[in-house]
Amino acid sequence: MLIGHFTEQPWQDNTTGLMGTQSLDLSISNGVYDPKVGAKLYNRYLDEKIYADQIGFDALMLNEHHSTPFCMQGVTNVGASILARETKQAKIIILGNILPIWDDPLWLAEQLAMIDMISYGRLVSGFVRGGGRESVSHNAPPHFNRERFEEAHDFIIKAWTTPGPFRWEGKHYHYRYVNPWARPLQQPHPPIWIPSTVSVETVKWTARHRYPLVLLATKLGPTKEAFQLYHDTAAEEGYESGTQNVAYLWKVHVDETEELAEAAGRKYLSGVSNPFLAGNEGAVNPAIMNLPGHTSRTSRKLAATAFGPAGRFGTNRRPYEDQVNDYTIISGTPKTILPKIRHVLEYIRPGSVFFWDGDGAMTHEDQMRSLRLMGEEVIPAVREMGKELELFSPFEVDPATGKPLTAAAGAPQPATDSATT
Amino acid sequence: MATTSEPWTEELVEAAGIKLHIIKGGTGQPLLLLHDEMGHPGWLHYHAALAQHYTLYIPLHPGCGQSDHLDWVMNMRDLAFWYLDALDELGLGQVPVIGGSLGGWLAAEMAAMCPQQFKRLVLVGAMGVRPPVGEIFDMFLVVSREYLRASLTDLASVAEAQQLYGSDPTPEQTEAWESARELASLLGWRPYMHDPSLPHTLRRLRKLPTLIVWGRQDAIVPLSAGEAYHQAIPGSRLVVLDRCGHRPEIEQADEFVRVVREFLQN
Repeated sequence: MLIGHFTEQPWQDNTTGLMGTQSLDLSISNGVYDPKVGAKLYNRYLDEKIYADQIGFDALMLNEHHSTPFCMQGVTNVGASILARETKQAKIIILGNILPIWDDPLWLAEQLAMIDMISYGRLVSGFVRGGGRESVSHNAPPHFNRERFEEAHDFIIKAWTTPGPFRWEGKHYHYRYVNPWARPLQQPHPPIWIPSTVSVETVKWTARHRYPLVLLATKLGPTKEAFQLYHDTAAEEGYESGTQNVAYLWKVHVDETEELAEAAGRKYLSGVSNPFLAGNEGAVNPAIMNLPGHTSRTSRKLAATAFGPAGRFGTNRRPYEDQVNDYTIISGTPKTILPKIRHVLEYIRPGSVFFWDGDGAMTHEDQMRSLRLMGEEVIPAVREMGKELELFSPFEVDPATGKPLTAAAGAPQPATDSATT
Repeated sequence: MATTSEPWTEELVEAAGIKLHIIKGGTGQPLLLLHDEMGHPGWLHYHAALAQHYTLYIPLHPGCGQSDHLDWVMNMRDLAFWYLDALDELGLGQVPVIGGSLGGWLAAEMAAMCPQQFKRLVLVGAMGVRPPVGEIFDMFLVVSREYLRASLTDLASVAEAQQLYGSDPTPEQTEAWESARELASLLGWRPYMHDPSLPHTLRRLRKLPTLIVWGRQDAIVPLSAGEAYHQAIPGSRLVVLDRCGHRPEIEQADEFVRVVREFLQN
């Protein structure tokens, strides 16, 4: 198994009035942004990630959003760069760089190569298409979103793996001299993982490319269906997929007492509005959610039927208690959360999990208590569950072929001559 | 596809490499109408009025209605080129053309490229030129219904507007809006709904009689853009209608038809 940590890195303050109130997406002027608060928060979130690395998380997950208080990481590569230097053992999993908003994907290829080298090969380079919010924030044409994603993806892989100089005269990107003096350490290139929230198109594309799929806090039922769609697509492609191909992010917080855990758990819902935090979504601008041509109209219809009538948004606007009941939020002492985590693992069988913690209105102290208990109790116990349930990460079993990479996963060991040991 | 009970017919014709869906109706000399970013709205009062004196040709732009997509078209100038090619094949001769909003931008581009293709040019609340004062309304940050409300000074007071837009859209309307909106995004995402070079090309229209019609209260494309068009097109005439927003052909239909007919006949 791979066990990772995630937070959106939300804005927190007591002057803007944004916390605990519902705001409309893309409606808050940065005129209210206090950089002194920002500076403290960035450093706090970095401290927490560094500690997570130290106490034993396998991976630190980073994301990116623009123009919005619920996620301060407008540039995921800045966060990843700092962690590349300041952490020692955890994978740095970017989920993900928003390819279509890059007018210069060569620059992105260079940044990621540097991060991979500086971290001594710990980068996982996830890519996403982004939503309307990102298209508006960086004025990227929504009708070319899918095409730019695919062309940038192909281009970056080529820039990482083909000796330069070479030309690239594509439909959206044009270069006469591709020859960056930076190449990634991992060969042939850093792993690519693809996060999604039940887009049928994305699930199939990811399966065809044999990239691990990470589902982001979707309800368990639709998640299981999406994983099955991935495995079915893999079978059609002619390769053997398994737990190493699928991963799941959801809200898990551990604490010293049930009372502390409930108080902290409720804080998921009392931070700034976050469209991805059920019960605290704020108001979404429907025009931005449906920019023309961003998602093909057939794809949208398939998503609605394939994953239930409410789609992903079946998780929204629900009270804390309901979310606890259906495992959307798991918050408790190690004793009470471990059986619940086990239920999720048994039900959807992901080879990698990310615990989404330290969000909403949670304080630094709330997060640090959780991280400590994660390291001391939860992570070792979940690892045991993973072994027992045969849940393997993409570092234990190759997602492209199904072949084991480590002894624990069943890889054959080279024969040793006992006389020499 | 042709219907006999309506005052108009529909055909699917081969034009410049694709299938083009054209609405046609009326009697008399051909008159070309280029629809806007919300799609063809249906046969309106002003269509019926003009159709008494002209045969209206209303093509649905590539990607709209049953017109095929054009994969190679990446901007307005590409589309204008294709349309000139299509007009050659349609064989309408030297036609007068009316274009509103996005359709006006298209008409201006086509005319600047090939003035002799057109007998007369009418631009109505046209996009394409960056307004010196004010900004073009960002249609992509609001849902279609809100865009329409912003387009009209007073939706409730104009019977035809109420009829068209006063209640939930029909599936046909939704389809028309969504496909035209996708085209508008393709053509006008950045720079937003204008081409910085267009004003410099409009000098070529000095021999093409041009009428520019604008609502004084246009909240989508400010009047200053109409004035800029007027400055850039030598010999053009600018008519500003009061108590009128972005859709003069609906909000002041009778006056609009009178002004346009007078211009076309002159």
